[in-house]
Amino acid sequence: MAFREYKVGARMFGLAFGSSMFITLYMPAVDIASVSATTTAMERQLAFGRVGGFSYEDPFLRGHGKPVTVDIVLDPKTGAAIEPTRAYVYTPEIPFPNGVRHPRILGELPSELSVSKGRMTDADEAQGAVFVVRETTREGISVPYIENVTATRGWTPEATLARADDKNRAFIGKGKIMFVREGCWWCHTMLPEQTQDWQYFGAPPMLGDFNGESPTAFGSDRKGPDLTHVGSRNSSREWMMLHFFNPRLVQPHSIMPRYDYMWGDVDADGRPIDYDAWRAAYDEYEAGNTIYPPEVPVPAVDSEARALIDFIINLK
Amino acid sequence: MFKYLFAKNEDIPAGSAAVFFGFSSIVWFVVGTAMGSFNAAKLAFPDFVTGSEILSFGHMRQVHVLAVILGWISMAFAMAMMYITPALGNTKLWSEKLGVWNCFLWNVGLSLGLFLLWLGVTSGREYSDLPWPIDIVVIIGLLVPLGINVWMTIKTRRVQGIYTTNWFFAAATFMVVIVFTVGNAPEFFQLTGLTEAYLTWWFAHNVLGLWITPVAAAIAYYVVPKVTGNPLYSHRIGHLHFWSVVVFYSTPAAHHLMSAPLPEWLKSFASVEGVLILVPAIAFVSNLLLTMTGKWRMFVENIEIKFTITGVMMAIPLNMQGGFQQTRAINWYVHGTGWMVAHAHLALLGFSTFLEAAAVYYGLQTLLRRKLYSLGLANFHFWMLLIGFTTYWVSMTIAGLIQGAGKIYEVPYIDVVIAEHPYMIARWVGGTMVFLGNCVWLYNMWMTARAGTVIPAGRLPHELAYER
Ligand code: HEC
Ligand code: HEM
Repeated sequence: MAFREYKVGARMFGLAFGSSMFITLYMPAVDIASVSATTTAMERQLAFGRVGGFSYEDPFLRGHGKPVTVDIVLDPKTGAAIEPTRAYVYTPEIPFPNGVRHPRILGELPSELSVSKGRMTDADEAQGAVFVVRETTREGISVPYIENVTATRGWTPEATLARADDKNRAFIGKGKIMFVREGCWWCHTMLPEQTQDWQYFGAPPMLGDFNGESPTAFGSDRKGPDLTHVGSRNSSREWMMLHFFNPRLVQPHSIMPRYDYMWGDVDADGRPIDYDAWRAAYDEYEAGNTIYPPEVPVPAVDSEARALIDFIINLK
Repeated sequence: MFKYLFAKNEDIPAGSAAVFFGFSSIVWFVVGTAMGSFNAAKLAFPDFVTGSEILSFGHMRQVHVLAVILGWISMAFAMAMMYITPALGNTKLWSEKLGVWNCFLWNVGLSLGLFLLWLGVTSGREYSDLPWPIDIVVIIGLLVPLGINVWMTIKTRRVQGIYTTNWFFAAATFMVVIVFTVGNAPEFFQLTGLTEAYLTWWFAHNVLGLWITPVAAAIAYYVVPKVTGNPLYSHRIGHLHFWSVVVFYSTPAAHHLMSAPLPEWLKSFASVEGVLILVPAIAFVSNLLLTMTGKWRMFVENIEIKFTITGVMMAIPLNMQGGFQQTRAINWYVHGTGWMVAHAHLALLGFSTFLEAAAVYYGLQTLLRRKLYSLGLANFHFWMLLIGFTTYWVSMTIAGLIQGAGKIYEVPYIDVVIAEHPYMIARWVGGTMVFLGNCVWLYNMWMTARAGTVIPAGRLPHELAYER
């Protein structure tokens, strides 16, 4: 540093770069942190679990360590009929989502309610817990909060799972992992734009719709439709199943890849899936030699395809 | 290379690290563009190679992107820094051994990271896709050692002043470490929601703005005066460029999320700052084009100048697009369409790649003291890159405009997909030309090292270009 100019320059640089970081990091962080979580944000993180990408519990993104979402109509403890309820079941050792671990993320009022009314912080990962999202009114405004129903009503994870048959269980957390791992978000956004898209893809999200979720996987590039509300447009499992196995079965012009490998080795009835035979039969169909395409196997309960369909159908 | 890892620093010939970096970068360029071409084929013909998890589009796309950014572009940068910084300081690289280790770790770390990414081990965040343990390897094994070498070389220089190129190198190696550390904080510390989304784009924007763009420009600040023999047109304008990069380019990150529910003030601020990026852009382009005064025939005759000036000229449409497409008035139309893919390739494959290619051409000839094996093949490479890139850019821009129209008129999506199909094929053809050109380049540089005419002491490679 032979010249005085260089000393001045280095300080100027520190000042310029520092102020830029202050404006682009500190100020937005404070602003975003002041936003309270909406019902959507709570539902999303409870369904997805702790992380949607690489994590300790699931380094190879196989969908380990994720909660199960169930829809129940009977009280798991007493067996009495209740309002249809969506509960998020965390069996022991399944990591809790970030909003539960750090209630501050939910914003001032929701976190206070979740702790005082919902007893959210009484939940213990080693024991497992069941959560539901509730709403209450405070000063005329409805405020969502998370209720730890294991503490408030004695719904244990096992009992709650037992109340839901296969049709009422959704592996949404595992499905989100599949969505991230398979890079669906390179072609589909999860962010209807504020300026248009309303009619076609539905309402854009609110400021507080993501508190606690990571990664948000908005996507930047659309080669296919936005998926934020796809479950409201099309809730047919059958269609999704055909479409994921081979999109060209239902949409001949689609450029979406086939995801048949997510079916695994066996179908829902435990029969091995013969991919070579299927592809050969499909090629025959495509060439116009047969009238009907080969039958698509129903995915097994523990298959990746099942989880992905659960995730997609539940994007309401 | 391996024998130098454990040699004494004094025993390693000067320039070894730069040569290793140079060849590694070309190899990564070939690998990265091969993947790009493969992905493009998949988007044009969806049933091309199907039924395998790791060869599906969603597993390959990010590997292409990071292979070209961290493999090709950043390693070419490291190569340039390792020969230009000492040359401008009239000294040797501070530690050749650190440089060789840096190159070794870079190749190993990047291969490991991309392999994991390929298997699907991802953080799910665009551009910061690598899982956080690999991010730490990138910071500690790749970027910090490079920065130390550059800073110490500048510190131990044997000239009084510091030339423009070296301000940029010093600032950029520092800023990129900050950008990587802060940008990956959501993974290190489990930050969530909009903070995570915003930091993802804060990272992506600043990697481009505080690493790729300034370093590429810095290289041009060296190559053009050096090869033409003209002094830089104006150091004042160089100052303007430097300071406006630091101030304006580091702030508009939020313009990547114009349609997300971020605070409105942040989006407006980002958008204004984004237009101001035109300041460094114009400073840079005008400074270099004016430096060419009187030497324009070299644009035709000399391969390094041909690459550099083409790259500099591509900065004009690049920044015109960049400055305006991020304003609300235009962004709503082109956001999330192929237009952006075209723009990204104009920045990285057009502007930046052309500047680095010149630096690698020039650096390898100087360091190896050998004349280019074949000027004909180099020209072939240039035209393959230029025509291939142009085909890519034009086709994706058209596809993007179609998508934009489809978006605002709410056309059923599948009609947009059908309309884009011919352009997807054109993009694949263009990209494949780039890939093939690069294979030729690798061959040419390899043969240069093996069989190029030796450059006598005291001569510069470009002076000999036409001598037989
Ligand atoms: C190469 C790009 C690409 C990838 C990768 C991709 N898709 Fe698609 N997707 C499309 C296109 C194009 C369409 C529209 C045509 C069609 O219906 O197939 C589409 C349609 C869809 C639809 C129907 C949307 C609607 O509005 O009806 C769903 C659901 C969907 N994709 C889910 C997924 C999931 C889940 C993944 C990841 C496993 C995925 N996609 C990966 C391109 C892609
Ligand atoms: C040095 C050269 C290259 C660089 C630096 C580069 C960089 C990138 C970047 C940054 C992206 C992400 C774009 C975005 O998200 O908007 C991308 C995507 C892509 N690139 Fe390249 N690229 C290069 C060469 C190529 C080549 C030669 C091809 C061959 C066709 C290619 C094909 C693709 C494809 C198909 C995508 C995916 C685009 C999409 O998702 O729609 N790239 N590349």
